[in-house]
Amino acid sequence: MEYTTEELMVVAAAREIRDSEIVFVGMRLPMLAFCVAKRLHAPNAIGFFECGIVRDEPPEELLYTMGDPANIAGASWCTSTNNLMFLMQQGLIDIGFIGGAEIDQYGNVNTSYLGDYTSPKVKLPGSGGAADIACLSNRLMVIMPHEKRRLVKNVNYITSPGYGTGPGWRQETGLPRGGIKALITNLGILRADKVTKVLIVDTIHPGISKEQIIENTGWDIQFSPDCSETPPPTEEELEVLRSIDPKGFWTKRQTSEVKTPQ
Amino acid sequence: MPSSKIMSLEDAVSRHIQNGDSVVMGACLESMIPFAAAYEIVRQKKKDLTLIAPISDILFDILIGAGRARKIIAAWSGNVSAGLGYNYRRSIEQGIPHRIEVEDHSNFSLGLALLAGSMGVPFLPTRSLLGTDLLKSNPRFHVQSLGEETLVYVPSLNPDVAILGVQRSDIEGNAHFWGNLGLFQEAGMSSRKVILLAEEIVPKEVIASDPNRVMIPGFKVTAVVHCPGFAHPSPVPGYYKRDHDFFTEYHRETKKLEGFKNWLNTWVISINSHNEYLARLGQRFEKLKVKEPLFAAPVNYAYR
Repeated sequence: MEYTTEELMVVAAAREIRDSEIVFVGMRLPMLAFCVAKRLHAPNAIGFFECGIVRDEPPEELLYTMGDPANIAGASWCTSTNNLMFLMQQGLIDIGFIGGAEIDQYGNVNTSYLGDYTSPKVKLPGSGGAADIACLSNRLMVIMPHEKRRLVKNVNYITSPGYGTGPGWRQETGLPRGGIKALITNLGILRADKVTKVLIVDTIHPGISKEQIIENTGWDIQFSPDCSETPPPTEEELEVLRSIDPKGFWTKRQTSEVKTPQ
Repeated sequence: MPSSKIMSLEDAVSRHIQNGDSVVMGACLESMIPFAAAYEIVRQKKKDLTLIAPISDILFDILIGAGRARKIIAAWSGNVSAGLGYNYRRSIEQGIPHRIEVEDHSNFSLGLALLAGSMGVPFLPTRSLLGTDLLKSNPRFHVQSLGEETLVYVPSLNPDVAILGVQRSDIEGNAHFWGNLGLFQEAGMSSRKVILLAEEIVPKEVIASDPNRVMIPGFKVTAVVHCPGFAHPSPVPGYYKRDHDFFTEYHRETKKLEGFKNWLNTWVISINSHNEYLARLGQRFEKLKVKEPLFAAPVNYAYR
Protein backbone atom coordinates (compact mmCIF):
# COMPACT_ATOMS: atom_id res chain seq x y z
CA MET A 1 0.00 0.00 0.00
CA GLU A 2 1.35 3.43 -0.88
CA TYR A 3 1.71 6.01 1.84
CA THR A 4 3.07 9.52 2.30
CA THR A 5 6.08 10.38 4.42
CA GLU A 6 3.79 12.24 6.82
CA GLU A 7 1.69 9.11 7.24
CA LEU A 8 4.81 7.12 8.07
CA MET A 9 5.80 9.78 10.62
CA VAL A 10 2.36 9.71 12.27
CA VAL A 11 2.42 5.93 12.49
CA ALA A 12 5.96 5.98 13.90
CA ALA A 13 4.84 8.50 16.52
CA ALA A 14 1.77 6.41 17.36
CA ARG A 15 3.94 3.34 17.96
CA GLU A 16 5.84 5.23 20.69
CA ILE A 17 2.64 5.46 22.76
CA ARG A 18 2.14 2.45 25.03
CA ASP A 19 -1.18 1.27 26.36
CA SER A 20 -2.56 3.06 29.44
CA GLU A 21 -0.08 5.92 29.12
CA ILE A 22 -0.93 9.57 29.66
CA VAL A 23 0.02 11.50 26.56
CA PHE A 24 0.57 15.25 26.29
CA VAL A 25 -0.66 15.67 22.73
CA GLY A 26 0.89 18.44 20.64
CA MET A 27 -0.41 20.21 17.55
CA ARG A 28 -0.49 18.82 14.00
CA LEU A 29 0.80 15.25 13.47
CA PRO A 30 0.71 14.18 17.17
CA MET A 31 -3.05 14.83 17.25
CA LEU A 32 -3.36 12.09 14.63
CA ALA A 33 -0.75 9.85 16.27
CA PHE A 34 -2.74 9.83 19.50
CA CYS A 35 -5.92 8.80 17.65
CA VAL A 36 -4.14 6.01 15.74
CA ALA A 37 -2.58 4.65 18.94
CA LYS A 38 -5.95 4.75 20.74
CA ARG A 39 -7.70 2.79 18.02
CA LEU A 40 -4.97 0.17 17.64
CA HIS A 41 -2.44 -0.76 20.32
CA ALA A 42 -3.11 1.72 23.15
CA PRO A 43 -6.89 1.66 23.73
CA ASN A 44 -6.50 2.85 27.33
CA ALA A 45 -4.20 5.80 26.62
CA ILE A 46 -5.35 9.18 27.90
CA GLY A 47 -4.76 12.39 25.96
CA PHE A 48 -3.93 15.78 27.53
CA PHE A 49 -4.48 18.87 25.37
CA GLU A 50 -2.86 21.99 26.80
CA CYS A 51 -5.87 24.23 26.17
CA GLY A 52 -7.48 22.31 29.05
CA ILE A 53 -8.94 19.10 27.64
CA VAL A 54 -8.49 15.49 28.71
CA ARG A 55 -9.86 12.73 26.49
CA ASP A 56 -10.04 8.97 26.77
CA GLU A 57 -11.78 8.67 23.39
CA PRO A 58 -10.51 10.24 20.17
CA PRO A 59 -12.70 13.09 18.87
CA GLU A 60 -15.21 12.20 16.16
CA GLU A 61 -13.95 14.83 13.71
CA LEU A 62 -10.55 15.80 12.36
CA LEU A 63 -9.00 18.52 14.49
CA TYR A 64 -7.41 21.62 13.00
CA THR A 65 -6.62 22.92 16.48
CA MET A 66 -6.94 21.25 19.85
CA GLY A 67 -9.53 23.87 20.83
CA ASP A 68 -11.99 22.84 18.12
CA PRO A 69 -15.42 22.15 19.67
CA ALA A 70 -15.26 18.56 18.39
CA ASN A 71 -12.44 18.02 20.87
CA ILE A 72 -14.60 19.26 23.76
CA ALA A 73 -17.68 17.14 23.01
CA GLY A 74 -17.33 13.83 24.83
CA ALA A 75 -14.16 14.87 26.65
CA SER A 76 -13.53 13.28 30.01
CA TRP A 77 -12.42 16.60 31.56
CA CYS A 78 -12.55 20.24 30.53
CA THR A 79 -10.38 22.29 32.84
CA SER A 80 -7.65 24.90 32.98
CA THR A 81 -4.25 24.78 31.33
CA ASN A 82 -2.76 25.17 34.79
CA ASN A 83 -4.44 22.03 36.15
CA LEU A 84 -2.91 19.92 33.38
CA MET A 85 0.49 21.53 33.89
CA PHE A 86 0.27 20.85 37.64
CA LEU A 87 -0.25 17.15 36.97
CA MET A 88 2.66 17.13 34.52
CA GLN A 89 4.85 18.86 37.10
CA GLN A 90 4.05 16.01 39.50
CA GLY A 91 5.42 13.58 36.93
CA LEU A 92 2.16 12.05 35.69
CA ILE A 93 2.78 12.56 31.96
CA ASP A 94 4.41 9.52 30.38
CA ILE A 95 5.04 10.93 26.93
CA GLY A 96 4.81 14.36 25.32
CA PHE A 97 5.05 15.47 21.70
CA ILE A 98 6.45 18.72 20.31
CA GLY A 99 7.61 20.07 16.96
CA GLY A 100 10.32 22.59 16.28
CA ALA A 101 12.25 24.74 13.86
CA GLU A 102 15.71 23.63 14.98
CA ILE A 103 17.07 20.77 17.05
CA ASP A 104 20.64 20.02 18.03
CA GLN A 105 22.75 16.92 18.69
CA TYR A 106 21.58 16.77 22.32
CA GLY A 107 17.92 17.11 21.40
CA ASN A 108 17.55 20.73 22.49
CA VAL A 109 14.79 22.39 20.48
CA ASN A 110 14.49 26.00 19.35
CA THR A 111 11.10 27.46 18.42
CA SER A 112 11.83 31.03 19.49
CA TYR A 113 14.56 32.92 17.65
CA LEU A 114 16.95 32.28 14.75
CA GLY A 115 20.02 34.37 15.35
CA ASP A 116 20.71 36.49 18.43
CA TYR A 117 17.48 36.90 20.39
CA THR A 118 18.07 40.62 20.86
CA SER A 119 18.03 41.15 17.07
CA PRO A 120 16.91 37.88 15.50
CA LYS A 121 17.11 37.01 11.84
CA VAL A 122 13.80 35.17 12.17
CA LYS A 123 11.24 35.48 14.94
CA LEU A 124 9.57 32.12 15.45
CA PRO A 125 6.25 31.70 17.32
CA GLY A 126 7.76 30.72 20.69
CA SER A 127 7.30 27.97 23.24
CA GLY A 128 3.58 27.54 23.66
CA GLY A 129 3.59 24.55 25.99
CA ALA A 130 6.68 22.97 24.39
CA ALA A 131 9.19 24.15 27.03
CA ASP A 132 6.95 22.76 29.77
CA ILE A 133 6.54 19.40 28.03
CA ALA A 134 10.32 19.15 27.47
CA CYS A 135 11.05 20.02 31.11
CA LEU A 136 8.37 18.02 32.88
CA SER A 137 7.24 14.97 30.89
CA ASN A 138 8.89 11.58 31.32
CA ARG A 139 9.61 10.93 27.63
CA LEU A 140 9.88 13.69 25.03
CA MET A 141 9.15 12.99 21.35
CA VAL A 142 10.07 15.55 18.71
CA ILE A 143 8.68 15.49 15.18
CA MET A 144 10.48 17.59 12.53
CA PRO A 145 11.48 17.70 8.88
CA HIS A 146 15.05 16.48 8.41
CA GLU A 147 17.14 19.31 6.92
CA LYS A 148 20.69 20.46 7.50
CA ARG A 149 19.60 23.93 8.59
CA ARG A 150 17.19 22.40 11.11
CA LEU A 151 19.32 19.60 12.58
CA VAL A 152 22.20 21.74 13.78
CA LYS A 153 25.15 20.95 16.02
CA ASN A 154 24.11 23.47 18.68
CA VAL A 155 20.96 25.57 18.76
CA ASN A 156 21.61 29.18 19.68
CA TYR A 157 18.45 29.36 21.79
CA ILE A 158 17.00 26.52 23.86
CA THR A 159 13.22 26.80 24.02
CA SER A 160 12.70 23.17 25.00
CA PRO A 161 15.60 21.35 26.62
CA GLY A 162 16.76 17.89 25.60
CA TYR A 163 19.98 16.74 27.22
CA GLY A 164 21.51 20.24 27.32
CA THR A 165 25.26 19.84 26.93
CA GLY A 166 25.30 16.09 27.53
CA PRO A 167 25.21 13.48 30.29
CA GLY A 168 24.27 14.80 33.73
CA TRP A 169 23.13 18.20 32.47
CA ARG A 170 19.45 17.76 33.30
CA GLN A 171 20.19 16.71 36.88
CA GLU A 172 22.65 19.58 37.37
CA THR A 173 20.12 22.03 35.98
CA GLY A 174 17.48 20.86 38.43
CA LEU A 175 15.12 19.30 35.92
CA PRO A 176 13.20 16.58 37.72
CA ARG A 177 13.07 13.92 34.98
CA GLY A 178 12.71 13.37 31.29
CA GLY A 179 14.81 13.98 28.21
CA ILE A 180 14.37 13.34 24.51
CA LYS A 181 13.56 9.74 23.70
CA ALA A 182 13.05 10.01 19.95
CA LEU A 183 13.33 12.46 17.10
CA ILE A 184 11.03 11.38 14.27
CA THR A 185 11.92 12.99 10.94
CA ASN A 186 10.93 12.41 7.34
CA LEU A 187 14.15 10.39 6.87
CA GLY A 188 14.36 8.26 9.99
CA ILE A 189 14.11 7.94 13.74
CA LEU A 190 16.94 9.19 15.94
CA ARG A 191 17.45 8.29 19.59
CA ALA A 192 19.89 9.49 22.21
CA ASP A 193 23.02 7.36 22.68
CA LYS A 194 22.80 5.85 26.17
CA VAL A 195 26.24 7.08 27.16
CA THR A 196 26.91 10.32 25.25
CA LYS A 197 23.25 11.45 24.99
CA VAL A 198 23.96 12.51 21.39
CA LEU A 199 21.18 11.69 18.92
CA ILE A 200 22.08 8.78 16.64
CA VAL A 201 20.10 7.10 13.88
CA ASP A 202 18.07 4.16 15.13
CA THR A 203 16.00 3.38 12.03
CA ILE A 204 16.03 4.68 8.46
CA HIS A 205 12.75 5.08 6.58
CA PRO A 206 12.19 2.81 3.57
CA GLY A 207 13.83 4.17 0.41
CA ILE A 208 16.14 6.55 2.30
CA SER A 209 19.93 6.11 2.20
CA LYS A 210 22.49 6.68 4.94
CA GLU A 211 24.06 9.30 2.70
CA GLN A 212 20.83 11.28 2.57
CA ILE A 213 20.76 11.37 6.35
CA ILE A 214 24.42 12.38 6.57
CA GLU A 215 23.90 15.15 3.98
CA ASN A 216 20.88 16.52 5.79
CA THR A 217 22.27 16.53 9.32
CA GLY A 218 24.29 19.42 10.69
CA TRP A 219 26.53 17.35 12.95
CA ASP A 220 28.70 14.28 12.42
CA ILE A 221 25.78 11.90 12.59
CA GLN A 222 26.39 8.35 13.80
CA PHE A 223 24.29 5.24 13.17
CA SER A 224 23.32 2.78 15.86
CA PRO A 225 25.16 -0.57 15.53
CA ASP A 226 21.80 -2.27 15.06
CA CYS A 227 20.39 0.43 12.81
CA SER A 228 17.55 -1.02 10.74
CA GLU A 229 14.75 0.05 8.43
CA THR A 230 11.68 1.76 9.93
CA PRO A 231 8.84 -0.73 9.50
CA PRO A 232 6.43 0.79 6.96
CA PRO A 233 2.85 1.51 8.05
CA THR A 234 0.67 -1.58 8.05
CA GLU A 235 -2.56 -1.68 6.10
CA GLU A 236 -4.45 -1.49 9.38
CA GLU A 237 -2.52 1.57 10.57
CA LEU A 238 -3.13 3.36 7.28
CA GLU A 239 -6.82 2.51 7.28
CA VAL A 240 -7.26 3.93 10.75
CA LEU A 241 -5.21 7.03 9.97
CA ARG A 242 -7.15 7.72 6.77
CA SER A 243 -10.45 7.29 8.56
CA ILE A 244 -9.35 10.10 10.89
CA ASP A 245 -7.92 12.43 8.22
CA PRO A 246 -9.79 11.38 5.07
CA LYS A 247 -8.69 14.36 3.01
CA GLY A 248 -5.09 14.16 4.17
CA PHE A 249 -5.08 17.72 5.53
CA TRP A 250 -2.22 16.91 7.89
CA THR A 251 -0.62 13.94 6.16
CA LYS A 252 -0.48 14.54 2.42
CA ARG A 253 0.01 18.22 1.93
CA GLN A 254 3.43 19.77 1.77
CA THR A 255 4.82 20.54 5.17
CA SER A 256 6.06 23.88 3.81
CA GLU A 257 3.88 25.83 6.19
CA VAL A 258 5.66 24.50 9.24
CA LYS A 259 9.06 25.02 7.68
CA THR A 260 11.27 27.84 8.71
CA PRO A 261 11.07 30.55 6.09
CA GLN A 262 14.21 31.46 4.18
CA MET B 1 -33.31 46.41 40.36
CA PRO B 2 -29.83 45.13 39.64
CA SER B 3 -27.56 47.64 38.00
CA SER B 4 -26.97 46.79 34.37
CA LYS B 5 -23.44 46.65 33.02
CA ILE B 6 -24.65 46.20 29.45
CA MET B 7 -23.01 48.49 26.94
CA SER B 8 -22.09 48.51 23.28
CA LEU B 9 -18.78 47.11 22.10
CA GLU B 10 -17.77 50.62 21.03
CA ASP B 11 -18.46 52.03 24.49
CA ALA B 12 -16.77 49.15 26.33
CA VAL B 13 -13.57 49.59 24.35
CA SER B 14 -13.63 53.37 24.42
CA ARG B 15 -14.39 53.68 28.16
CA HIS B 16 -12.50 50.77 29.60
CA ILE B 17 -9.36 50.44 27.51
CA GLN B 18 -6.86 53.26 27.77
CA ASN B 19 -3.76 53.81 25.68
CA GLY B 20 -0.87 52.04 27.38
CA ASP B 21 -3.06 49.47 29.16
CA SER B 22 -2.09 45.83 29.60
CA VAL B 23 -4.88 43.67 28.17
CA VAL B 24 -5.47 39.90 28.29
CA MET B 25 -7.15 38.68 25.12
CA GLY B 26 -7.37 35.06 24.03
CA ALA B 27 -7.02 33.43 27.44
CA CYS B 28 -8.62 30.18 26.20
CA LEU B 29 -5.88 29.53 23.60
CA GLU B 30 -7.50 28.54 20.27
CA SER B 31 -11.19 28.99 21.10
CA MET B 32 -13.42 31.88 22.24
CA ILE B 33 -10.88 34.51 21.23
CA PRO B 34 -12.50 37.99 21.37
CA PHE B 35 -11.72 39.03 17.78
CA ALA B 36 -14.63 41.51 17.73
CA ALA B 37 -12.93 43.51 20.50
CA ALA B 38 -9.57 43.41 18.71
CA TYR B 39 -11.15 44.82 15.55
CA GLU B 40 -12.80 47.58 17.60
CA ILE B 41 -9.46 48.40 19.23
CA VAL B 42 -8.02 48.87 15.73
CA ARG B 43 -10.94 51.07 14.64
CA GLN B 44 -10.58 53.24 17.75
CA LYS B 45 -6.79 53.41 17.26
CA LYS B 46 -5.96 52.44 20.84
CA LYS B 47 -2.19 52.38 21.13
CA ASP B 48 0.82 51.28 23.19
CA LEU B 49 -1.05 48.25 24.48
CA THR B 50 0.66 45.39 26.25
CA LEU B 51 -1.05 42.24 25.01
CA ILE B 52 -1.14 39.20 27.27
CA ALA B 53 -2.15 35.65 26.32
CA PRO B 54 -0.74 32.14 26.17
CA ILE B 55 -1.71 31.56 22.53
CA SER B 56 -4.27 33.80 20.87
CA ASP B 57 -3.99 32.55 17.30
CA ILE B 58 -3.88 35.44 14.78
CA LEU B 59 -5.34 38.07 17.13
CA PHE B 60 -1.92 39.27 18.25
CA ASP B 61 -0.62 39.28 14.69
CA ILE B 62 -3.50 41.55 13.61
CA LEU B 63 -2.99 44.01 16.47
CA ILE B 64 0.79 44.06 15.99
CA GLY B 65 0.41 44.68 12.25
CA ALA B 66 -2.13 47.42 12.90
CA GLY B 67 0.38 49.17 15.16
CA ARG B 68 -1.68 48.86 18.34
CA ALA B 69 0.83 46.92 20.47
CA ARG B 70 3.89 48.14 22.34
CA LYS B 71 4.65 44.80 23.92
CA ILE B 72 3.44 41.22 24.08
CA ILE B 73 3.62 38.89 27.07
CA ALA B 74 2.96 35.52 25.50
CA ALA B 75 3.95 31.89 25.13
CA TRP B 76 3.28 31.68 21.41
CA SER B 77 2.28 34.06 18.66
CA GLY B 78 1.48 32.99 15.11
CA ASN B 79 -1.27 31.26 13.14
CA VAL B 80 -2.15 27.97 14.81
CA SER B 81 -3.38 25.94 11.83
CA ALA B 82 -1.41 27.74 9.10
CA GLY B 83 2.05 28.68 10.40
CA LEU B 84 3.98 31.79 11.34
CA GLY B 85 2.58 35.27 11.94
CA TYR B 86 3.99 37.58 9.30
CA ASN B 87 3.27 40.82 11.16
CA TYR B 88 4.97 39.48 14.27
CA ARG B 89 8.00 38.67 12.16
CA ARG B 90 7.98 42.02 10.36
CA SER B 91 7.81 43.83 13.69
CA ILE B 92 10.70 42.01 15.33
CA GLU B 93 12.89 41.51 12.28
CA GLN B 94 12.33 44.79 10.41
CA GLY B 95 10.63 47.16 12.84
CA ILE B 96 7.45 47.34 10.72
CA PRO B 97 5.27 49.17 11.73
CA HIS B 98 7.46 49.38 14.83
CA ARG B 99 9.49 46.99 16.92
CA ILE B 100 7.44 45.55 19.76
CA GLU B 101 8.92 44.26 22.99
CA VAL B 102 8.50 40.56 23.76
CA GLU B 103 8.33 39.03 27.21
CA ASP B 104 8.87 35.31 26.57
CA HIS B 105 6.77 32.80 28.48
CA SER B 106 5.66 29.21 28.21
CA ASN B 107 1.99 28.32 28.61
CA PHE B 108 2.69 27.15 32.16
CA SER B 109 4.72 30.18 33.22
CA LEU B 110 2.07 32.55 31.87
CA GLY B 111 -0.55 30.49 33.69
CA LEU B 112 1.44 30.81 36.91
CA ALA B 113 1.94 34.56 36.40
CA LEU B 114 -1.81 35.12 36.14
CA LEU B 115 -2.50 32.65 38.95
CA ALA B 116 -0.04 34.53 41.18
CA GLY B 117 -1.87 37.74 40.27
CA SER B 118 -5.17 36.04 41.16
CA MET B 119 -3.76 34.85 44.48
CA GLY B 120 -2.30 38.21 45.39
CA VAL B 121 1.26 36.92 45.72
CA PRO B 122 4.31 38.33 43.89
CA PHE B 123 5.79 35.05 42.60
CA LEU B 124 4.96 31.39 42.12
CA PRO B 125 7.63 28.70 41.79
CA THR B 126 7.89 26.00 39.15
CA ARG B 127 10.24 23.26 38.01
CA SER B 128 9.49 24.16 34.41
CA LEU B 129 11.79 26.34 32.28
CA LEU B 130 14.98 25.23 34.05
CA GLY B 131 17.73 25.01 31.46
CA THR B 132 15.80 27.02 28.87
CA ASP B 133 16.89 30.31 27.33
CA LEU B 134 13.54 31.85 28.24
CA LEU B 135 15.34 32.57 31.51
CA LYS B 136 17.81 34.73 29.54
CA SER B 137 15.50 36.49 27.09
CA ASN B 138 12.98 37.21 29.88
CA PRO B 139 15.05 38.45 32.83
CA ARG B 140 11.94 38.80 35.00
CA PHE B 141 12.19 35.10 35.87
CA HIS B 142 14.28 34.36 38.97
CA VAL B 143 16.08 31.09 39.52
CA GLN B 144 16.73 30.25 43.12
CA SER B 145 18.02 27.19 44.93
CA LEU B 146 16.75 26.19 48.32
CA GLY B 147 18.63 23.24 49.71
CA GLU B 148 18.71 20.69 46.93
CA GLU B 149 15.78 22.20 45.05
CA THR B 150 16.27 24.66 42.22
CA LEU B 151 13.13 26.47 41.14
CA VAL B 152 12.09 29.19 38.71
CA TYR B 153 10.12 32.00 40.35
CA VAL B 154 7.53 33.41 37.96
CA PRO B 155 6.54 37.03 38.66
CA SER B 156 2.83 37.78 38.96
CA LEU B 157 0.72 39.65 36.44
CA ASN B 158 -2.26 41.84 37.24
CA PRO B 159 -3.41 43.11 33.84
CA ASP B 160 -5.41 46.32 33.55
CA VAL B 161 -8.15 44.64 31.54
CA ALA B 162 -9.25 41.11 30.63
CA ILE B 163 -11.49 40.78 27.60
CA LEU B 164 -13.21 37.42 27.93
CA GLY B 165 -15.84 35.64 25.88
CA VAL B 166 -18.69 33.64 27.36
CA GLN B 167 -21.69 31.76 26.04
CA ARG B 168 -24.24 33.62 28.18
CA SER B 169 -24.36 36.32 30.80
CA ASP B 170 -26.92 38.24 32.75
CA ILE B 171 -26.87 42.03 32.72
CA GLU B 172 -24.69 42.16 35.85
CA GLY B 173 -21.93 39.95 34.45
CA ASN B 174 -22.81 36.67 36.10
CA ALA B 175 -21.99 34.37 33.23
CA HIS B 176 -21.95 30.76 32.14
CA PHE B 177 -18.87 29.44 30.40
CA TRP B 178 -18.31 25.89 29.19
CA GLY B 179 -15.60 24.16 27.22
CA ASN B 180 -11.87 24.15 27.83
CA LEU B 181 -10.81 26.96 30.14
CA GLY B 182 -7.21 27.63 29.16
CA LEU B 183 -6.35 30.55 31.44
CA PHE B 184 -9.86 32.06 31.41
CA GLN B 185 -10.34 31.98 35.16
CA GLU B 186 -6.83 33.20 36.03
CA ALA B 187 -7.17 36.06 33.52
CA GLY B 188 -10.51 37.18 34.95
CA MET B 189 -9.46 36.84 38.58
CA SER B 190 -6.17 38.70 38.18
CA SER B 191 -7.30 41.64 36.02
CA ARG B 192 -8.43 44.99 37.39
CA LYS B 193 -11.28 45.25 34.90
CA VAL B 194 -13.15 42.52 33.05
CA ILE B 195 -15.06 43.09 29.81
CA LEU B 196 -17.34 40.18 28.94
CA LEU B 197 -18.47 39.52 25.39
CA ALA B 198 -21.51 37.26 25.48
CA GLU B 199 -23.26 35.28 22.77
CA GLU B 200 -26.52 35.67 24.69
CA ILE B 201 -27.92 37.81 27.49
CA VAL B 202 -30.17 35.76 29.77
CA PRO B 203 -32.17 36.41 32.94
CA LYS B 204 -30.29 36.17 36.21
CA GLU B 205 -32.29 33.04 37.14
CA VAL B 206 -30.74 31.12 34.24
CA ILE B 207 -27.24 31.75 35.58
CA ALA B 208 -28.27 31.12 39.19
CA SER B 209 -29.75 27.77 38.15
CA ASP B 210 -26.19 26.45 37.65
CA PRO B 211 -23.68 28.43 39.71
CA ASN B 212 -20.93 25.84 39.16
CA ARG B 213 -20.73 26.98 35.55
CA VAL B 214 -19.82 30.53 36.63
CA MET B 215 -16.04 30.91 36.36
CA ILE B 216 -15.61 34.42 37.75
CA PRO B 217 -18.01 36.26 40.04
CA GLY B 218 -20.25 38.89 38.46
CA PHE B 219 -18.98 41.59 40.82
CA LYS B 220 -15.53 41.32 39.17
CA VAL B 221 -17.07 42.18 35.80
CA THR B 222 -16.92 45.80 34.62
CA ALA B 223 -18.87 45.67 31.37
CA VAL B 224 -21.09 43.19 29.54
CA VAL B 225 -21.39 43.36 25.76
CA HIS B 226 -24.05 41.40 23.91
CA CYS B 227 -21.97 40.40 20.93
CA PRO B 228 -23.08 37.27 19.06
CA GLY B 229 -20.28 36.00 16.83
CA PHE B 230 -17.62 37.81 18.90
CA ALA B 231 -15.10 35.00 18.47
CA HIS B 232 -15.21 34.54 14.69
CA PRO B 233 -13.00 33.14 13.15
CA SER B 234 -12.34 31.17 16.36
CA PRO B 235 -15.06 28.84 17.69
CA VAL B 236 -17.54 29.03 20.58
CA PRO B 237 -18.65 25.58 21.83
CA GLY B 238 -22.38 25.14 21.36
CA TYR B 239 -22.67 28.12 18.98
CA TYR B 240 -20.33 28.00 15.99
CA LYS B 241 -17.34 26.16 14.62
CA ARG B 242 -13.89 27.45 13.75
CA ASP B 243 -13.56 29.11 10.35
CA HIS B 244 -10.42 27.24 9.30
CA ASP B 245 -10.35 28.82 5.85
CA PHE B 246 -10.27 32.32 7.35
CA PHE B 247 -6.95 31.50 9.06
CA THR B 248 -5.53 29.97 5.87
CA GLU B 249 -6.61 33.00 3.84
CA TYR B 250 -5.13 35.37 6.41
CA HIS B 251 -1.85 33.50 6.20
CA ARG B 252 -1.80 33.66 2.42
CA GLU B 253 -2.90 37.28 2.13
CA THR B 254 -0.69 38.81 4.83
CA LYS B 255 2.66 37.46 3.69
CA LYS B 256 3.44 40.85 2.16
CA LEU B 257 2.84 44.08 4.05
CA GLU B 258 0.64 45.42 1.25
CA GLY B 259 -1.47 42.28 1.49
CA PHE B 260 -1.95 42.76 5.22
CA LYS B 261 -3.01 46.37 4.69
CA ASN B 262 -5.63 45.20 2.21
CA TRP B 263 -6.78 42.48 4.56
CA LEU B 264 -7.07 44.92 7.46
CA ASN B 265 -8.97 47.38 5.34
CA THR B 266 -11.38 44.72 4.07
CA TRP B 267 -12.14 43.06 7.40
CA VAL B 268 -11.66 45.84 9.96
CA ILE B 269 -11.11 49.44 8.89
CA SER B 270 -13.72 49.71 6.15
CA ILE B 271 -16.26 48.15 8.51
CA ASN B 272 -18.01 50.34 11.07
CA SER B 273 -19.29 47.80 13.54
CA HIS B 274 -19.38 44.16 14.53
CA ASN B 275 -22.81 43.83 12.93
CA GLU B 276 -21.38 45.02 9.63
CA TYR B 277 -18.61 42.43 10.00
CA LEU B 278 -21.20 39.69 10.44
CA ALA B 279 -23.08 41.03 7.43
CA ARG B 280 -19.90 40.89 5.35
CA LEU B 281 -19.40 37.28 6.42
CA GLY B 282 -23.00 36.56 5.45
CA GLN B 283 -23.64 32.91 4.58
CA ARG B 284 -20.10 32.05 5.55
CA PHE B 285 -20.97 32.60 9.21
CA GLU B 286 -24.35 30.90 8.91
CA LYS B 287 -22.60 27.76 7.71
CA LEU B 288 -20.37 27.70 10.79
CA LYS B 289 -23.27 27.73 13.23
CA VAL B 290 -23.89 24.41 14.96
CA LYS B 291 -26.94 22.60 13.67
CA GLU B 292 -27.45 19.70 16.06
CA PRO B 293 -27.77 20.42 19.78
CA LEU B 294 -25.77 18.25 22.17
CA PHE B 295 -27.13 18.97 25.64
CA ALA B 296 -25.53 17.97 28.93
CA ALA B 297 -27.62 16.08 31.45
CA PRO B 298 -29.29 18.51 33.86
CA VAL B 299 -27.75 18.77 37.34
CA ASN B 300 -29.86 18.72 40.44
CA TYR B 301 -29.32 21.45 43.06
CA ALA B 302 -32.27 20.30 45.21
CA TYR B 303 -32.14 21.30 48.85
CA ARG B 304 -35.51 20.29 50.30
